[in-house]
Amino acid sequence: MSTVDRLIQLAAKRFKADPAGLSPEDDFFDKLGIDSLKALDLLTDVEESFGVEIPDYELQGVVTFAALAAVIDRRK
Amino acid sequence: MNPLTLTLDGGVYTLALHAPPCNEIGTELLEALEDALDRIDPSQGAALIIRSELEAGFSAGANLRELYAAIRDGKDEAHLCRLAAWLDRIHAVMDRLDLLPLTTVAVINRVCFGGGFELALTADILIAEKTARFAFPELRLGIIPGFGGIPRLQRDVGNAVVRDLLTTGRTLNATRAQAVGLVSQVVPVGEGRRAAEALAAQQVKYDRDARTTCKAFMKPFPKEALAAEKAHFLRLFRNEAVTQGLRRFVESQDVRPYLP
Repeated sequence: MSTVDRLIQLAAKRFKADPAGLSPEDDFFDKLGIDSLKALDLLTDVEESFGVEIPDYELQGVVTFAALAAVIDRRK
Repeated sequence: MNPLTLTLDGGVYTLALHAPPCNEIGTELLEALEDALDRIDPSQGAALIIRSELEAGFSAGANLRELYAAIRDGKDEAHLCRLAAWLDRIHAVMDRLDLLPLTTVAVINRVCFGGGFELALTADILIAEKTARFAFPELRLGIIPGFGGIPRLQRDVGNAVVRDLLTTGRTLNATRAQAVGLVSQVVPVGEGRRAAEALAAQQVKYDRDARTTCKAFMKPFPKEALAAEKAHFLRLFRNEAVTQGLRRFVESQDVRPYLP
């Protein structure tokens, strides 16, 4: 499974969304209806699930699943 | 509604914070902490648990809206004197918590930022739930931590970690916080309270003199560094960058205000 697909599954599980309704270019703040604090929960899940550490400043301007997946891939 | 409750059960005090949205430390919570500390009798307890009752987190830090309201119309000497007096009260509370002759345990869930992180650092032992994240985002506001957090963090972890956290404002997850020595235990979500209560219950069985001697010996009080941090904070607070930073935060409609 690709990083972005795994990420979408992870986000859907965390925020109880239907993964079928999420696509790589979606803005995850808008699509999941989350704020910055809830996004930190997603970051924690990402760091644990992918075994990476992502400093917050690496996420500047990152709002889509695809962009976040690219950051994860760079850190693997 | 009282922003916290203090209870005593079986020799264990619990300070449960519930000041929504996320236990921001402003005048109301400060007064409640002062009152709670006045009611703690070390002869009646062996341990103190500090935890949040809010799902949002342990504490998002200082009440920035209150800080901004205090300076938005200008920062003349009278404003700055009031701020200095308020900061003295915050430091007095943090120092009292730090030096309590009880074993103190902070349970951290989700957000533990800025002044909230500084409150957590007064505790002897930190237990973090898996969702906990720690950060000092103060540089984004043109200031440094001012509630005693820097000397207390320096006391507990290596200086490289301190510089990283302060300089970048990044958040550390619970696992990493444990790896750098900040956190004693990482437990599943919802397990922090029970883990802290088990630890506290053990403290009740220990000899009071041995327990308090151990604490005093192993937890040096960084008096001079705390005073220096406060002076730096107050000097920086005079800068226009702080007013602008607080205004951006308070007026922001962005759902991502905590991101850089």
